[in-house]
Amino acid sequence: MFRSQGRESSSGPRLPGKWLTISLFLAPALVVYLVFVIIPIIQAAHFSLYKWNGLGPLEDFIGLANYQVALASEVFWQAVGNNVLVIVLSLLLQIPFSLGLAILLNRRFPGRAIFRLLFFVPYVLSEAITGIVFSLLLQPDALVDSGLKGIGLEGLIQDWLGNTDIVMLTLFVIISWKYFGFHMILLLAGLQGIPREIEEAALIDGAGRRQAFRYVTLPLIGPTLRVSVFLSVIGALQLFDLVWVMTGGGPLTATTTMAVNMFKSGFEEQQMGYGSALAVLLFLCALVVALLYQRFVLRRDIDGAVTAYNG
Amino acid sequence: MTTGASTKVSAEPTAVMAVARTKGARRTISGTAAYVVLLAVAAAILLPILYAVLGGFKDNGQLAGNPVALIPDPWVFDNYANVLWGENAPAFWGELFNSVIVAIVAVGITVGCASAAAFVFARIRFRGREAMYTLFVFGLLFPTAVAILPLYVLIRQLGLSGNLLGVALPQAAFGLPLSIVILRPFFRSIPMELEDAARIDGCGSFGFFWRVLLPLSRPALATVSVLAIVTTWNAFILPLVVLNSEDQWTLPLGVMNFASTYSSDAARTLAFTVVSLIPALVFYVIAERHIVGGLTAGSVKG
Repeated sequence: MFRSQGRESSSGPRLPGKWLTISLFLAPALVVYLVFVIIPIIQAAHFSLYKWNGLGPLEDFIGLANYQVALASEVFWQAVGNNVLVIVLSLLLQIPFSLGLAILLNRRFPGRAIFRLLFFVPYVLSEAITGIVFSLLLQPDALVDSGLKGIGLEGLIQDWLGNTDIVMLTLFVIISWKYFGFHMILLLAGLQGIPREIEEAALIDGAGRRQAFRYVTLPLIGPTLRVSVFLSVIGALQLFDLVWVMTGGGPLTATTTMAVNMFKSGFEEQQMGYGSALAVLLFLCALVVALLYQRFVLRRDIDGAVTAYNG
Repeated sequence: MTTGASTKVSAEPTAVMAVARTKGARRTISGTAAYVVLLAVAAAILLPILYAVLGGFKDNGQLAGNPVALIPDPWVFDNYANVLWGENAPAFWGELFNSVIVAIVAVGITVGCASAAAFVFARIRFRGREAMYTLFVFGLLFPTAVAILPLYVLIRQLGLSGNLLGVALPQAAFGLPLSIVILRPFFRSIPMELEDAARIDGCGSFGFFWRVLLPLSRPALATVSVLAIVTTWNAFILPLVVLNSEDQWTLPLGVMNFASTYSSDAARTLAFTVVSLIPALVFYVIAERHIVGGLTAGSVKG
């Protein structure tokens, strides 16, 4: 922008000093990051080529066999299916719901700040706590069942966490309970970045409220919406804590996600090599999503976005 | 989060007022509908939390007998007393202490390392800068779960298994990307003139960083710390594999294990869970501006 590009280097100290400064300032972050993030990810790829229980020496090299086993395994595809289910439902239900609430909260009315504060509360609670509270609510004959009975809807009562057909949907509702506020807040910030004049101009030009939303607001909220979608997909891919606390991936394998499958293989079945292959596959899924995002979305958004920080 | 856009438009053109007036009647109806929706959502959020809070004041007979009755009758104080100063108090306070230690160490490392790195990325030009910055941004994608198996092996090799440091260090590392992404533009926005002035006054790079840049960046540093605290506080998978004995557990682990130990004592479990969520809630109320502002700045504008 207006920053004179040459200034940064010319006003810095002379060359040897400059490199000394760079290395001193960068070294701590780089060391911590390499040791605990980058190297483990690379090591996962390395371990994945071995049959290894995690304890003995790493010597039983089996090439890509772990990947072959994974891709041929029913549980793996069930786990992928569960992650995909959460992604699809999040995009179809959770994000539109969050956008709707963001639009409501973008108007000014008494109590708005309280709603906003309240809707974000679940986001700051840990998934462990959320999971335990909902497990207790959803026990047979606990609050949810009795509540349904109380309003004459006993027919709807289910074995919420025990029925393999619906347990994933139960988890999705809880995930939405926890995360819709986050997306709502993001989208609300996006909406507040749209000058009101633009929408008003559309109304004056004769657009209906619906048209103004469809052709003016929606395109302008686009970049934020895409960030929200991206974070939602990445979050759904990593789903672990809540599942682990509430169902442990069960009953049977009904709620096993990719991360749960990996965790169980690595720590419960002591198949570190196989578990690592599952980790790499999960990593690749996230990478593909990120690259698609980068390729199709990010560049366009950055071109038009205001990137100044004004928090 | 600043809402400059919404406060700017105070003098609306009269034409808009006219449009608004003709739609006045419909507005009130949709206004009522909006309130109904918002109140329903608010109830859906509050109900589980209230149920937990009030459930802690019941005994198991009340919980099982009439789950829909929110208000305890009679009020039972044993459950909370047990957690706060009775039988389960050592577990709770110990876990709270562990969580605090992990949070302080992890956040200290994250913020220290991230601000030094962001300083270099923001204000010194050098070959490979963007590539290295991208390496850090890349980390935004990958949560601890992806690296958890090798991390476990690494932590064991480092002899940090069963040590709070074994949780804090990786947690700090995974906090770096978001912190750097938020700090860099902020550091950039500090005028060059200040740096020139500091140098004329005899400051070196470190002097400028320490005496000028960091003090001026307090809001951004607060945001970054607050976000790192929330992530670390709620972290689950890493403590789950690193901490193997009860006296090292952090709160999320403690809550999960408490629930399975007392699976037949729902009232006590609720009390323990509620007490464990209080710190996060208090922290949210205090730091709401930073949490919300930081997340939106990090993802909407970054």
